[in-house]
Amino acid sequence: MPTVSIKPAGLLDIESLDRAEIESILERARFFQPRPDENYRRLDALRGKTIVNLFFEASTRTRVSFEIAAKRLGADTLSIAAQGSSVSKGESLVDTLNTLVAMRPNAIVMRHAASGAPQFLARHLKIPIVNAGDGTHEHPTQALLDARTILDHRPSLTGLRVAIIGDIAHSRVARSNVHLLSKFGASVVLCGPASLLPRDLVGLAPGVSLAHRMEDALRDADVIMMLRVQLERQNEAPMAAGEYFRYYGLRLEHLKSARPDAIVMHPGPINRGRELSSEVADSQRSVILNQVENGVAVRMAVLERILG
Amino acid sequence: MSALLIKNGRVLDPASGIDRIGDVLVVDGVIAEGGAPADARVFDASGAIVAPGFIDMHVHLREPGIEHAETIETGGKAAAAGGFTTICCMPNTIPVNDSDTVTSYIVQRARQVSPVNVFPIGAITRGSKGEELSAIESMRDAGIVAISDDGRPVMNSRVMRRAMELAAALDLPVIDHCEDLNLSAGGDMHEGAQSVRLGLGGIPSASEDVMVARDLLLAELTGARFHVAHLSTSRAVAMVAFAKSKGLRVSAEVTPHHFALTDAELSGYDSNFKMKPPLRCREDVEAALVGIVDGTIDAIATDHAPHAGSEKMQEFERCPFGITGLETALGLALSELVHPGRIGLARMVEMFTSGPARILSLDRGTLKPGAPGDVTVFDLDSEWTFDAQQSSSKSRNSPFHGRRFRGGPVATVVGGEIVWTRA
Repeated sequence: MPTVSIKPAGLLDIESLDRAEIESILERARFFQPRPDENYRRLDALRGKTIVNLFFEASTRTRVSFEIAAKRLGADTLSIAAQGSSVSKGESLVDTLNTLVAMRPNAIVMRHAASGAPQFLARHLKIPIVNAGDGTHEHPTQALLDARTILDHRPSLTGLRVAIIGDIAHSRVARSNVHLLSKFGASVVLCGPASLLPRDLVGLAPGVSLAHRMEDALRDADVIMMLRVQLERQNEAPMAAGEYFRYYGLRLEHLKSARPDAIVMHPGPINRGRELSSEVADSQRSVILNQVENGVAVRMAVLERILG
Repeated sequence: MSALLIKNGRVLDPASGIDRIGDVLVVDGVIAEGGAPADARVFDASGAIVAPGFIDMHVHLREPGIEHAETIETGGKAAAAGGFTTICCMPNTIPVNDSDTVTSYIVQRARQVSPVNVFPIGAITRGSKGEELSAIESMRDAGIVAISDDGRPVMNSRVMRRAMELAAALDLPVIDHCEDLNLSAGGDMHEGAQSVRLGLGGIPSASEDVMVARDLLLAELTGARFHVAHLSTSRAVAMVAFAKSKGLRVSAEVTPHHFALTDAELSGYDSNFKMKPPLRCREDVEAALVGIVDGTIDAIATDHAPHAGSEKMQEFERCPFGITGLETALGLALSELVHPGRIGLARMVEMFTSGPARILSLDRGTLKPGAPGDVTVFDLDSEWTFDAQQSSSKSRNSPFHGRRFRGGPVATVVGGEIVWTRA
């Protein structure tokens, strides 16, 4: 009987990836980007493979993006939303996963509200797990697609000044982006209300600094990443109602202190009038839809790398 | 008459200043002097240390009510296997030990099924709800040795004051699990760089520190004997040292995991590293080690907290707090404290014996003639590996599964009976 000794590699986080690995994913994602006048390429790289998308937390864009990426590579996909599954009947996470694994899919793409849930499962299961967001920990494919998007507008990440603004404490997007950008020598300014900006964030990676005023964070920024206010994760209001947009909402006048060619990003879904004004969202600076587009290309590169 | 002669060991009894090669005789359950009777059973302790029976003043036995995780019998067996002859069980059972009925049940049950002595600790408030005082005096008469709302600390300072006043009058120590529940709410691990990195809710050191400060002030106000359970922060060590220097009747315990591990262990989201107080940072561990060396810390206690496997096999944030500890405490004290030369053997033995005995006013923790015949025999050099699957406890939730140890328990003697020997 052949014994499998190699732990199948999934994608759990950005922190443990090295720079070369990230570069190769980003390079491959560029290959998967559609040309301006054509659609995405359809490939057979993953023909015969089955990928289960297991979303224990509501998601539209990430789930659809993974599904399209898998289908474009020729894989069969199946999406499960936790609400309709045995989870609501009290089954434990490990048992749910074991049941799915018994049906022999080739990989599981998982989103879960608990930080570390994919790491926990990876210790107990022999199947590649792709983390599609775990609690307030990491969202690795988001950081990869953000990097791909920045690189579509800049020759390199090195030396860039990136401002990430909003609910940093609860943001897995911010953590994954900090790890990725820091590995490439970008400087990252994290900005938000004091209760959403733990001081210990400075130690997360080299090149990170904190700011409480948007003006300070935006000065000379090449990239502005706005984050969604995650009301569902906040136990208490970070500031008086109505003050958030006033002090941490991005409006056109803010862009003056950033670099003239600065781009505005947002992982979505956007709340117009809360994190950013409609004028900013629809402006030439906004690359929000490019991010969505790159999501598919980056996830194709990730799935191909894991299963190809 | 029954007699047990423990021969040729290194007899180490810090309470009476003894450290010499010799014999210990137990006759009719009591340490005796003079020659052994001809029919005495003999235990050869050559090459081993013969110490007073170890006392763990902080254990959760889960009975009554949560017997799927532990019972008085299995917890007692795990204690014996860890070299403990006496354990004190916390009141957070179902029902809570807040009445003489529950206290008496535990005392009776322990006599029937536990190989080691079990002394219950009574709840401070009814149901440990923090509102009205429990039947403290009745429980004292039924056998409790201290009061505590461990795990569900009394948040209302006025209630705590009343409890301390009553305890002072009864000369019962008050043990507090110092945690401000408002500051720690939503937290799953120590708040710091590591919790921010892992995206887990933080339990700030301040949640412990403000309660240690409050309790020390109330102890001064009331004259109560106050004991800090499982102290884990550098500030708590400093405040206890200060209170002692002011002459307050204050004591403190530390768990082996708090002097052996830091929050760096959490990086794999393994719930066997999840407990309260949480594993803190390196600076806190260093402060605890200093407190152990300089005597600020009086006792080592395990906070043995068994949980069924299914409860710990979940997403980290859903797992309950707590780990087992009875069988690894001595090995950890040797490997972290004695072998590196931080403290001498006598100081370690003191923290397992006369230290807790003094805090709880137990007539134990010494090998003086007339003391109960509780003896712990251990060695310094045997190599062994802890296998949680082989534990005498019903539960397996230990972060030390697979850890190699040098030195550990050899035999456990309770009231002159050998209740456990190393296989």
